[in-house]
Amino acid sequence: MADTETKDAVYVTEKLIAEDIDAYLVQHEHKTMLRFITCGSVDDGKSTLIGRLLYDSKMIFEDQLDALQSDSKKVGTQGQEIDFALLVDGLAAEREQGITIDVAYRFFNTEKRKFIVADCPGHEQYTRNMVTGASTADLAVILIDARKGVLVQTRRHSYLCHLIGIKNIVLAVNKMDLVDYSQEAFDKIVADYTEFANSIGIDSFTAMPISGFKGDNITSHSEKTPWYEGPTLVDHLESVEVLSSIDAEKPFRMPVQWVNRPNLDFRGFSGLIATGAVKPGDKIRVLPSAKTSTVSRVVAFDGDLEEAVAGQSVTVCFEDEIDCSRGSVIATADAPPETSDQFEATFVWMSDDPLMPGRAYWLKLGTQLVSVTVQEPKYVINVNTMAQLATKTFELNAIGVAELTTDKQIVFEPYEDNRTLGGFILIDKMTNATVAAGMLNFSLRRAQNVHWQAIDIGRKQHASLKNQTPAVLWFTGLSGSGKSTIANLVEKKLHRMNRHTFLLDGDNVRHGLNKDLGFTDADRIENIRRVGEVAKLMTDAGLIVVTAFISPFQAERDMVRSMLPEGEFLEIFIDTPLKVAESRDVKGLYKKARAGELKNFTGIDSPYEAPREPEIRIDTTKLSPEEAATLIVDTLMGDI
Amino acid sequence: MKTLTHLERLEAESIHIIREVVAEAEKPVMLYSVGKDSAVMLHLARKAFYPSPPPFPLLHVDTTWKFKAMYELRNRMATESGMELLVYQNPEAAEKGINPFEHGSLHTDMWKTEGLKQALDKYGFDAAFGGARRDEEKSRAKERIFSFRTSSHGWDPKNQRPELWNLYNARKAKGESIRVFPISNWTELDVWQYIHLNDIPIVPLYFADKRPTFEWEGGLFMADDMDRIEKILGYRPETTEKSIRFRTLGCFPLTGAVESEAATLPDVIQETLLTTTSERQGRVIDKDAGGAGMEVKKQQGYF
Repeated sequence: MADTETKDAVYVTEKLIAEDIDAYLVQHEHKTMLRFITCGSVDDGKSTLIGRLLYDSKMIFEDQLDALQSDSKKVGTQGQEIDFALLVDGLAAEREQGITIDVAYRFFNTEKRKFIVADCPGHEQYTRNMVTGASTADLAVILIDARKGVLVQTRRHSYLCHLIGIKNIVLAVNKMDLVDYSQEAFDKIVADYTEFANSIGIDSFTAMPISGFKGDNITSHSEKTPWYEGPTLVDHLESVEVLSSIDAEKPFRMPVQWVNRPNLDFRGFSGLIATGAVKPGDKIRVLPSAKTSTVSRVVAFDGDLEEAVAGQSVTVCFEDEIDCSRGSVIATADAPPETSDQFEATFVWMSDDPLMPGRAYWLKLGTQLVSVTVQEPKYVINVNTMAQLATKTFELNAIGVAELTTDKQIVFEPYEDNRTLGGFILIDKMTNATVAAGMLNFSLRRAQNVHWQAIDIGRKQHASLKNQTPAVLWFTGLSGSGKSTIANLVEKKLHRMNRHTFLLDGDNVRHGLNKDLGFTDADRIENIRRVGEVAKLMTDAGLIVVTAFISPFQAERDMVRSMLPEGEFLEIFIDTPLKVAESRDVKGLYKKARAGELKNFTGIDSPYEAPREPEIRIDTTKLSPEEAATLIVDTLMGDI
Repeated sequence: MKTLTHLERLEAESIHIIREVVAEAEKPVMLYSVGKDSAVMLHLARKAFYPSPPPFPLLHVDTTWKFKAMYELRNRMATESGMELLVYQNPEAAEKGINPFEHGSLHTDMWKTEGLKQALDKYGFDAAFGGARRDEEKSRAKERIFSFRTSSHGWDPKNQRPELWNLYNARKAKGESIRVFPISNWTELDVWQYIHLNDIPIVPLYFADKRPTFEWEGGLFMADDMDRIEKILGYRPETTEKSIRFRTLGCFPLTGAVESEAATLPDVIQETLLTTTSERQGRVIDKDAGGAGMEVKKQQGYF
């Protein structure tokens, strides 16, 4: 393409606005949209490149330009010249530090497309930010400083983009002006990069020599690089295929967000079409129920649609009344996705709090929200060398592989095939923070092959023979709060009433079943999980189980609660203030903990999360152990 | 296969966001400021739930200093959409007679920032839709679509939840709330074009017309309620008739008018595209505290 052609094109747009606004609006109306991410560090000239793209597409106004000029003189890094980077570095704290620490989104238009640029920081400590920006991108621009060549961070950025599934990768060899537009320098970088890219499974990319600062090969071909015959950056951005077009070719899938039922005559299912297309007459299957029906209408505000495709938000009606609600997935009847409850997944850890293997988190995938536990990771990946390393957990910015188990079947597809049905977030049940993102790799076959053995004599028969309703009396409280004392009294009372009981005591269990566990947070969680499973088996056998464990975390107490039928779990909070417990110090443990001889001691250097809504709360400063035991037994008997 | 246009994709994304909030929040509300962004947001909400009306009310945090034409359109749109309209005016600001002439940025703090907090607390809303866009201002470029607020409505830019794909985490503790920005990824041009294509009613003040104007402290303002202005200024400014329009609609005189002949939507779009100053420039509020004005306001709880 000749130099002048592209330059003219930029000006044609502006002329069209001035001379024929209606024609311009028609043109703008038909633009498609491309989202891309720019990867690189401040030194690579990333912000400068974005600033340049905005500037060249007339997205900078005069007042912004004035501010830019005055800022450039104050804090700019380009001497007296305009520092485009200042245009895109947002929050005040970041401006002072001269680095971008979050994902910022920028917008610009060309004649053919609207662009959304995710501008992400490049340092390793911001891996999570980059993954966030990449998750919605159709394309990645990986910046390389022509003077420095392929660096560790280039590898990291490329790996992350590949991991998140970006197929279009642009290798932008920037700052060509500083290497005298040398073809040799460019070719060497491309050769180095090709070797690396192939080694991690990137099979194609587009390399181009540019200068964000001078504007070479951005919107027009540079006279300085006559040896380069490929597209300019903007040409390329305008012509690559967008994800939603690719998704439209796949089988139909739509996660249901909301059931639309304004009156008895209308029942529609609203959602964003993830892949494929839908039209009236299509045979569909609703998962997980697997019921089938036929699409009767595709409803929209401006009138029913003849067809809707991936990327559109619609409301679909069926010919039959079948079970379908938020979390269901509507799919084409003859090629539906699978369901499973055990998976291998790749995680990107995004929280300062590390993964607690065995702890229950929320998992959100599409519109499905389920409780999930993650096993101890298989490995964590060194994002600079791609080496797989052994690990016990995931920490902030860790990328690794682990298996997970959901508490019920979810509808899914491998992330590789479907971002919507394969990508998920993990949410901490206590803080509600998003702690990780993940991609389902595949479902584990054992989920389908290990079935529950049907047993003829069940928990009902066991319980009725004992003439009692099983229950778990779960005592929780600080060390020395009086759990064991009161639990012991409760069991004695129940025994005298001819109830079949069993007391599981924290110290005793640690001598046997759990003697391999220590007192780290992870071990405490596993301790409680095992006790929960044992307590559950005992209730299946018809027993009333009394447990006395510190059990400091709400999440684990909730986990045990969720294992049992509604109403069979009674959380009993032995509420003794730390001061009182410490002054009793029956076993001398507080003294040791204060002296630093005992690590991870609850209340001292490990937290205790008081129950939010216990069934019974015992204030030991007001009740004697005997009175407490009576109150608990009375409550239990009243409940039964 | 059909390739969706950028507006079709933006529309679908916004509708998806609005529906997620309704599915996951306990008591959502849509903040409605009667401006063009609110107009688009309301239209998207109607599309999202059609044939049902949007299952949440509209909330107008009123400063009592809006133009008459804005109050008219507000009432008309509430009726047309079949939605409940809640209007909230900060009683403290009313009692103290806070006004834009004498109190400067305190006017915004009391009527809008405080008023909004009070209204959300009064009704117990746990999710509020706002029409902010990322292209408006630098600190907004980094705001999440689901922006989490503490129980005292504070915004901590360092402690935002990551948003991947189109998965939004709307979970929160009691007392905490989220602000949701469904049109985050729209630009000013997108908003105008969408209004044009969908024939969405907007306040006529966006279009140029001959209107009585007065000048005050170097700005050009519309003479909307001169008795009230005279009471505060202590004199009645001289008015002249000019062809003017508004690029944004806030409170007068926080919002200045521009002289313009753009009387139709395409004319307005044309003028917007050819203009050389950014949209929010007409608003006094962004100029406080240097370039970081909006960021400071947001940490205090302004939208």
